[in-house]
Parts: sequence; C-alpha cells; structure tokens
Amino acid sequence: MSDIVLVGINHKTAPVELRECIAFSKEESITAVQTLLRQPDLNEVILFSTCNRVEVLFVTDNKSRAISTTKEFIADFNKIPLEQFENVLYIHEGDEAVRHVFRVASSLDSMVVGEPQILGQIKEAYRTASGLNTSGVILNRLLHRTFFVAKRIRTETGIGDRAVSISFAAVELGRKIFGTLEGKTVLLIGAGEMAELSVEHLIRNKAGDIYVANRTFENGVALAKEFNGQALRFEEISDCLKFIDIIISSTGASDFVITRDQVKGVLRARRSRPLFFIDIAVPRDIDPAVNRLSNSYVYDIDDLKDVVDENMEDRQQEAVKAGRIVDEAVINFRQWHASLDVVPTIIALRNKVEAIAQAEIKKTLQSNKFPDSGVEALNKMANSLTNKILHDPTIFLKKNGMLADRSLYIDAVRKLFKLDE
Amino acid sequence: MEILIILTILAYMLSTAAYFAYLFLQKNNLQRIGYFILAAGILFHTATIISGFTKTGHLPVGNLRETLSLAAWAVGGVFLVIQHKYNLKILGIFAAPLVTLVMIMVSLLPSAPAQVSNIFKNFWLISHVVAIFIGEASFALAGGLGVLYLIQENAIKTKKRRFFFKRLPSLDLLDITGYACIVVGFTLLTLGLITGFIYAKSIWGRFWSWDPKEVWSGITWILYAILLHERLTVGWRGRKSAIMAIIGFGVLLFTFLGVNLLLEGHHGEFTKF
Repeated sequence: MSDIVLVGINHKTAPVELRECIAFSKEESITAVQTLLRQPDLNEVILFSTCNRVEVLFVTDNKSRAISTTKEFIADFNKIPLEQFENVLYIHEGDEAVRHVFRVASSLDSMVVGEPQILGQIKEAYRTASGLNTSGVILNRLLHRTFFVAKRIRTETGIGDRAVSISFAAVELGRKIFGTLEGKTVLLIGAGEMAELSVEHLIRNKAGDIYVANRTFENGVALAKEFNGQALRFEEISDCLKFIDIIISSTGASDFVITRDQVKGVLRARRSRPLFFIDIAVPRDIDPAVNRLSNSYVYDIDDLKDVVDENMEDRQQEAVKAGRIVDEAVINFRQWHASLDVVPTIIALRNKVEAIAQAEIKKTLQSNKFPDSGVEALNKMANSLTNKILHDPTIFLKKNGMLADRSLYIDAVRKLFKLDE
Repeated sequence: MEILIILTILAYMLSTAAYFAYLFLQKNNLQRIGYFILAAGILFHTATIISGFTKTGHLPVGNLRETLSLAAWAVGGVFLVIQHKYNLKILGIFAAPLVTLVMIMVSLLPSAPAQVSNIFKNFWLISHVVAIFIGEASFALAGGLGVLYLIQENAIKTKKRRFFFKRLPSLDLLDITGYACIVVGFTLLTLGLITGFIYAKSIWGRFWSWDPKEVWSGITWILYAILLHERLTVGWRGRKSAIMAIIGFGVLLFTFLGVNLLLEGHHGEFTKF
C-alpha cells in the first residue's frame, strides 16, 4: 500500500530568514512539482508554499527513499545546503500527514489561528497540481476531503468569527453599536497605519462619507484623496461632531483632541444618535470621560487590545472543537485509504459477486420447483461462474504488473463495482 | 380544554428550553425550533381561548385565570410578529419564559365559573379588551427589550464583554425594535382607552368615573406619551428610552394586576380567583 508523506517547515520550526530562502514562487512551484514527480519514488505530489510554510505532500511506495529525494530536491532547488535546514524539517507519515493537511487548511496550524487566507492558498496549490496532473487518486481525494473539513470547521465552530486585529475589532464593536455600518459617516483625525486600516475596513463595510482632519491641512487633503473623502481643518472638528458617527483618532497630540464638553455640546443636536470613538493614539486623544456621556462610546488602544485578546482566547477554545472534527475526518480518510489496498478490494469484490449469485439463486428457487439434485447443481454452477468471472480481475489486481499507479486501478475497480457502498 | 392548556404549556416550555439552548450554544437552528414550537403553542392557546369562547359565549376574561391566559396569548402573538419582522432572535429568551410562567400560573388557578353576564357581547367592550391586551403585550416586550438594551450597553460601556456581548444583537436593533413595540403599544392602548370610554358612556352614562383602574391607565398612557414625545422632539433614545420602557412596564403591571388586587374598582371582577 502506498504511503502519504508530508515534508515541510513552518513558522513554528523555522525563523523567517530560513523560510524565505526555501519559499517557492508560483512559477517555481510549477517546475518543482513537475521535477519531483519525475523522481522514481514519488507517485503524486502537491507543494504548498506560503510566507509561513513550505510543505511537500506526496504519495510513495518507498518512504525512506522518497523522503531523502525530497529533502535533497529542496536543498538543490533553493541552492542551500541540506544541513542548514534539515533539523527544522518535520516529516509526517500516514495519518499524521493527513491530520496535518486538515489542520493547516482549517487554519488550526496558522500563526493567527482561524485566519481565512490559508484555505485559498491550499486551493491554489491544489489547482496547480491538478492542472499539471501531479496529483492522483489519493491526493485528489485527500484534498477534496481537506476542503470539506475546512469548510465544516468554519461553519460549525466559531474559529473565524471574531476579530483578532485591532482594526477588525473596531469594526466589530461598531457593528454592535450601530447594527449596520452602512451610511455611517467617519472622521479620521491624524494619520497612522492602524487608523487608516480601520478606515479601510469601515469603507469595505459600506460606511458613508469619510472626513479627514489633520493639523497640517495639506496632509489631510492628501489622505482624504486616498479614501475619496473630504479634508477638514482641525478647528472644524467640534462642529462636525454633529453629523459624524464614528471618529478614529490617531494624532501625536499630548493633550486631548476631543474633550467631554465638546461632545456634550453636540449630543442634543445629534438627537442622541450614538457616537463611537476609536482612540488609537498614545497618549490618548479622546477624553475618557466622554465614555460616560449617554450614547457615546470610547474605546482606546488598550480596550481594543483586550477585545483582540479575548477573541484570541475564544479561537483557541474553538480550535479544540475543530480538532475533534479533524480527528473524525482522519479516521474516515484512513478507512478509505486502507480500502485502496489490494487484498480488501479483492475480498470486497468477491463478496459482492457472491452476494449477487446467492440472491439470484434464492429468487429462482422461490418461483420454481427443483429437485434437491437440481438445487445442488444450481449452487455449483453459481460458484464456478463467480470464480470464472473473478479470476482475471483478481490476477490483474494481485500482480504487481500494474503500470504506474496501483491506487488508480483499485479506485477504478471500487467505483465500477460500487464497493464503497 | 384542560388537555389544550397542557399542550400549550408543554409547547411553551419546550420553546423556552430551545431558546435557552440557543442562548448558550448559539446554534441558529435552536432558535428556529424555539420559534416554531412557540407558534405551535400559540395555536393550542388560540384553540383554548376559542373553546372557552364558544362554551360560554363571551370573551374569556371573567376571572384572573382567563385574563392572564389572554394576556400571555397576546404576548406570545406580538412576539411572533416582532421576531418575524425584525429577526430579533434573542428576544425569545424573554418572551418564551414569560408566557410559560404566566401559563403555569393560569393552570394553577381555579377555573371558577364566571357569572354569566351579557356585557362581553358588546362590540365596544370586546374591542376595548382586545386592544388593551395586545397593547400591553407590546409594552411587555418593549420592557424586555429595554432590559436587553441595558445589558448590552453596559457590556459595551464597561468593556466587560464576555457572555452577553456576543449573544445580544446591536444596540441599534434593540433600540429600534423597542421603539416599534412602544409605538404599537401606545396606539393600541389609546384605541383601547377610547373604546373603553365609549363603552363606559353607553353603560354608565359617563366617560370617566375616577375608578382606580382608569386613573392608573391614564398614568400609564401619559408615561408612554412622554416617552414618545421626547423621542420625537429631542431624540430620547438608547439608555433613557430603555429605562423608561422598563419603568413603563412596571407601572403597567401594577395597572394590570396590582390595581385589581390591591384597590377596589369596577375592573375588579376580571381578576377574581
């Protein structure tokens, strides 16, 4: 029976300096899988290469030779001596390899558990492999199961539900306050990567008009252009609070940019519509006392970090549930993979044909009267028919003369005779 | 009749269980199951009320048992409509146990035969009772929504999120739904009061007789009128609105039950037991 093996490195085992030396670009991975498949011991190959991991998944009839071939290939291809990375390589075989693929695709092995990109990257890698025909019966099945497991984990556990970055956490909180962010006006005070990212998330959630206020008006104009928004002068902020719903502040000011009295003054004009302040600045821009005003909510950077931490914890808990789904899928896959072995297939085939013969004999005997000797003859005939029919397929399956990929034939036999049902 | 009540209570209990399971497990199907079981319960409940109606020939509000039963029915019905319209799944956690508890109380109360009187065949009286009950049910839900709003707002303000933060919907949805409940409740309460006045005029020859129930209904009406007025003029919303809805519900409960049980008046007979 052929084995499934996975050889790789990831962010847990290797530092980024090493990972970037080994990473394969899209074009490189095309050549890589084709070259690997030409090696005598590798029957099927898929290569995953992302910024956090490089993994070669293959099917082989000779594990030890295939593993060393693959290691040497990685070293040669990237022109880096094997000794430099051999100790950080992990090798998973059989169930462990299957489990690893399931976990990776379900984002249980990611740096940020639950992040959704990895599944897309695996799908992309699989598309490359299947396009070049480097994946076969076993890996095709394995990858399809993988996508199924990943989807199941995403829908049945909350692994990807909660925001785990500051900017997403801000959007999530905004939704809890406003319901929908559609049409909500946003004011960005100052500038900064995290603040701008938050604005982008808000825009993606269909936020309404965007305003940008900066101490240097020119900078504000430039930034406003990026968001298709409008620049404001710093002195206008007070007035604008009347119609703005979400304020993201990230200035270098040492004093509060927005004070309690400023907000209190506009509440009536706003007819108490909620105001949400996201204060990313250190020292803080928004007077924390604003949070005590009615329908005004202030979250500073620490509060948002707490949200992220809590959500991370939630994800870890959900990951335990996900682990259970993975375990179940590994067992199912093992059963299927084991059935690809020759002997169980021959037995299943024989059982199937014998069962058909027995059923037909029973039917015939029910509707016709035979003497005992006739029944015996009938049974004999059924037996020899069964043996004759099964003779050639059995010889074919038993002989190692099958070209290339044995699992391909076994799979075909199982499908032709519906042995898996 | 008894079997119908038992079926009703059973359905309400199951629905409550489903909603609680939903609260903890957050599986959307549980909430749907809760909704459908509650709807089934309402059907049984409707059958109970109709059977009471056909047996006696008048609207079954002759004693405390029947009155509470009708009130629970109204709460359940209004809840189904609200959930259908606003998809506010979590409100079931308030409505389902409420109707269950009321119905259990109903089943424990003696079903003393009400003295047969013809007053319940009067159109104005029936309109009065139906409008008041549905209006009060809306206020009850508005009160529940007010509580949910305060819980959620507290979670957001104090930044202690954990259990409820995830499970409750946005402040905006809670606020808007609460407002809708109050608008519906206020409209029906107004209609109920008007039909009540007309009925009073036709029976006793005067619109208003300073009966405690009337006075307290007036107070309730004024309270909700202030709430709506403030919302429309200066935009009272969120926390204040939620607190008012809860206070309103408290006053309403007193008007509905307290007045009858503690004070004397011509509504007293409806809550005899």
